Amino acid sequence: MIQIENLHKKFGKNEVLLGLDLNIEKDGIFAVLGPNGSGKTTLIKSILGMVIPNQGTILMDGIAIKKNWKYRQQIDYLPQIANFPGNLKVKELIRMIKDLRQMPSEEERLIALFKLEPFLDKKLSTLSGGTKQKVNIVLAFMFDCPLLILDEPTTGLDPASLIHLKELIQNEKKNGKTILITSHIMQFVAEVADTIVYLLEGKIYFKGSIDELMTKTQQTNLEHAIAAIATTHDNA
Amino acid sequence: MLKILKYSFYDLIRSRWSYVYFLFYLILGFVLLFLNNDVSKAVITLMNIIIVLVPLIGTIFGIMYYYNSKEFTELLLAQPIKRSSIFLGQYLGVAGSLTMSLVLGLGIPFVLYGLFKSDAIFDFSLLLVTGAFLTMIFTALSFNIAISNENKIKGFGYAVLLWLFMAVIYDGLFLMSLIIFKEYPLDTFSLAATMFNPIDLSRTLILLKLDISALLGYTGAVFKQFFGTDQGLIISLLMLILWTVFPIWRLSYKSKRQDF
Repeated sequence: MIQIENLHKKFGKNEVLLGLDLNIEKDGIFAVLGPNGSGKTTLIKSILGMVIPNQGTILMDGIAIKKNWKYRQQIDYLPQIANFPGNLKVKELIRMIKDLRQMPSEEERLIALFKLEPFLDKKLSTLSGGTKQKVNIVLAFMFDCPLLILDEPTTGLDPASLIHLKELIQNEKKNGKTILITSHIMQFVAEVADTIVYLLEGKIYFKGSIDELMTKTQQTNLEHAIAAIATTHDNA
Repeated sequence: MLKILKYSFYDLIRSRWSYVYFLFYLILGFVLLFLNNDVSKAVITLMNIIIVLVPLIGTIFGIMYYYNSKEFTELLLAQPIKRSSIFLGQYLGVAGSLTMSLVLGLGIPFVLYGLFKSDAIFDFSLLLVTGAFLTMIFTALSFNIAISNENKIKGFGYAVLLWLFMAVIYDGLFLMSLIIFKEYPLDTFSLAATMFNPIDLSRTLILLKLDISALLGYTGAVFKQFFGTDQGLIISLLMLILWTVFPIWRLSYKSKRQDF
């Protein structure tokens, strides 16, 4: 589905990605993990074409994404920080995104699921962080695209919504979609992810299942295993 | 692109500032006509205001809109839309709504006053056309400044400086160079220098179309020879088009290479 080869990106003097190679071939849930500033968001934004790499290629279904924009029809994206135009109402925002994408959508079900009906006529600037994140989730899940990219999807959610989110993710997986998730909540990652992709210093340090990671680090708990990667690397 | 244009345009039309800007011109138009009681004289007064105010409003509005719609832009960037369409759509939305405020705000009072029966109709249309060009040019320039500067304060500062330079400082430098090099023939130099500033270009173009160029003396005669002819008019308009197209092209070029 996605092939990334020798990806380099620097912002000024800060080199974020240093020859990253990643191949995501099959369906399933991939968790992109790594310490703060390891380049998770840069990687995701590169796939989305929001960040333009200095070097390297990204292929989506075998087609280079450079100077291409149509491939984004295949992607649903949930941004890390839900920044929306504040002067729009929730309803208007949803209508606008539908109008721009021109795809069948199922926002009603999601709005009901997250109990967003009372907020539909409110302006986005008046919403709380958690409610904004719910709107964010509705926008990301309402279309039927083969690739779903979720950047910190759990931010600000209450427990009930978190359960709904997990159900949604599992459903999408059953529908045969590829899902990329970044998160710092290891419990969440352990519950949903099939494959862990661990980023360190601009490269893929580890890619494999959670069990493989446990064996490699000789830990029994994912959180400790992840922490172990970082410390063993520091000692090395 | 048309969809982005539509959303940006509606967004601006709904905002209070578009109305304020429109009402300002409407009132200005009525007051000037009422005070002057003559379309031609009102056009001259209007020119002095438009030449300075339109670029200022275009610059400030452009830069504010760009920074304010950052979230909207980021939302759009993740959607299947071409990058240049996003920025050109937003640009045309701003420039379009400002131009509309200008043309309608000034057009209504003049039409009501009997513009179509007056012989100043050509001068007045030229005024509106240059006003529209100045809006397009300065909005495009301010978008260029905004896309190159992530820091809002810096961007705002540069934009205001740009306006100040074009509207005030350029003329000062121009005049000084005329005094310093007064020993030399300066006809071509002053013509060229006028071409390189859209504000000066518009001012000269309108002044020479109105029959007051006799006041300008010898230089006026040279200018009249150039700008007063149809050829001069066409070249000046081409220059204004160039001034519009170049920043728009750079905006689209730059937008394809920017990280968000």
